Amino acid sequence: MDSVVLIYKGIYILAIFGISLLIATYSTYFERKIAAFIQDRVGPNRAGPMGLLQPLADAGKLFFKEEFIPANANKTLFILGPGIAMLVAAMTSAVIPFGDTLILGETSFDLIAIDVNIGILYIFAVVSLGVYGLMIGGWASNNKFSLLGAIRAASQNISYELAMGLSLIAVLMLSGSLSLKVIAEQQAGFNWNIWYQPLGFLIFLICAFAETNRTPFDLPESEAELIGGYHTEYSSMKLGMYLFAEYINIFVVSAVMATLYFGAYNFPFMENLRNAFDDPVLGNNVVTILGVGVMFAKIFAFIFFFMWVRWTLPRFRYDQLMKLGWNILIPLAILNILLTGGGILLYDYFTQG
Amino acid sequence: MTLSERMYLPAIAQGLGITLKHFFKKKATINYPEETRSRSEIWRGLHVLKRDENGAERCTACGLCAVACPAEAITMTAGERKKGEEHLYREEKYAVTYEVNMLRCIFCGLCEEACPKAAIFLQDDKLAPARYERDEFIYGKDRLVEPLKTTETK
Repeated sequence: MDSVVLIYKGIYILAIFGISLLIATYSTYFERKIAAFIQDRVGPNRAGPMGLLQPLADAGKLFFKEEFIPANANKTLFILGPGIAMLVAAMTSAVIPFGDTLILGETSFDLIAIDVNIGILYIFAVVSLGVYGLMIGGWASNNKFSLLGAIRAASQNISYELAMGLSLIAVLMLSGSLSLKVIAEQQAGFNWNIWYQPLGFLIFLICAFAETNRTPFDLPESEAELIGGYHTEYSSMKLGMYLFAEYINIFVVSAVMATLYFGAYNFPFMENLRNAFDDPVLGNNVVTILGVGVMFAKIFAFIFFFMWVRWTLPRFRYDQLMKLGWNILIPLAILNILLTGGGILLYDYFTQG
Repeated sequence: MTLSERMYLPAIAQGLGITLKHFFKKKATINYPEETRSRSEIWRGLHVLKRDENGAERCTACGLCAVACPAEAITMTAGERKKGEEHLYREEKYAVTYEVNMLRCIFCGLCEEACPKAAIFLQDDKLAPARYERDEFIYGKDRLVEPLKTTETK
C-alpha cells in the first residue's frame, strides 16, 4: 500500500516535471507566434508543420553554440547561476494541486505532488530564491551591465514580493489555511476567490509580472539599455537555462494565480455533473479529469495573457517601477487587507447574530 | 489628470484591445518561395525575341528598337538570310547578334512599341536576376530568343 503511493508519487513528480518543461519549451514557440500575430506577421513556420518543431531547433542550436566563459569571471559562480535559476524554477510546481482525487480500485490518488500544509509559503520561499540565480550570474560575469541587471533584478523582486505577500494575506484571511489544496477545495464550483478579492488579484497580477521579469517590468534584462542585463555574458545552453527558467516561472505563477483566485480545478456545475453519475467513483473520476483540463485551460489563459501584455505595453522607467511598487501597490494591498478584514467581521456579525 | 487617467488601467485595457484586434487580423505575409506576389498584367520584365507560328525568328534587324531605346541598351548586327535558312528566319534580313544590356535597360517598353514585326516583348513573368559579373548582364540571342516549342518534330 505504502509502496504503491510511493511509486505513484515518483511517477507523478516526474510527470509534472516533464509537463512543466514541455510547457516552458512550447511557451517560447507560442511567445514568438503570438508576437508575430499581434504584429500582423505569421511567425515561425518553417521547422515542421506550422513551425511546431521550432523549439527543438532552437534548443539544438543553443547546445551547439560555443560555451563562453569570460576571462575574469568567477567560473564556479558563473556556472552556478543558471543552474540555480533553473533548479528553483522547476521546484515550485511540486505543491500546486493540478486536480482533485482520482479513485482507482481501493486506492485514491491525490493529483498533487507534495501536499504540505504551508504550500503557498513554500512557493514564496522558493520563488524568492530564484533571484539568487540572476544575482549570482550577473555578479559572476564581471561586467558592469550584467551587474546592473542583477541589481535591478534583486531590488525589483524584493520590492514586489512585499506587495505580493500583502495581497496574498487577504486570500489567506478568507481561506484560513496556507495549504494550496485546502484553498482549492474551498473554491468548489463557482465560488472562486476572484469574486471576493478583485483588488487583491489585480495587485497579485501586477506583482506576478514583476516577479517573472516580464514586460512591462523586464528591466533586469532590458536589451536596449543593458544589452541583455544579467545574461549579457552568457551563451550556449547556460543562456538557454536562464530563458527556460523564465518560462517555467511564468507557468508556475500562472498556476498559482489560477489556484489562488480562479478556483484551481473547480468549474461551475461540477457538483451537478458529479451527481449525474449513478456510480460515485465514476462521477468523481470524470469530474477530476475534467478538472485537470480546466486547471490547464486556466493556466494557458494566464500564459497567453502574459504574452499578450508583453507585446502591448512598453517597459517602465526604473523610478516609475519603484514608485508603483512602494507608493501604490503596497498601500493598496494594505487597504485590501483592511477591507477584507472588515468584510469578514461584517459577515460574521450578520450570520452569527 | 483625472483619477481614471492616473490609474492607467483603462488605457492599458484599450491597448490590449487594439493588440487583440491585430491578433485576429489577416496577416500581410506572403510565404515567398511557395507564394509569390502577383504582378500586374502589364508588368514589364525580361525581354524575349518571339518566333512566328512556324518557329522562325520574327526579328528583321531593322534597328527601330535600338533607336527607340532611351537608355541605348540594345545593339544588333544585321545579316542576310542564305538559301535553306527560310525555316530559321522569317524575313530576308535577320539579326546575327542581338544584345540587350540589362544594366542599362530601364524596362520602359519602348522597344516593344517600336517593333514593326511584333518580335520583341517584355515578359510579365520573368525578371533579370542578380549576377556576380557585369558581362553576364549582356543578354545575347542565346538567352533572348524564345525557345522552340515543337519537340515532337525532332
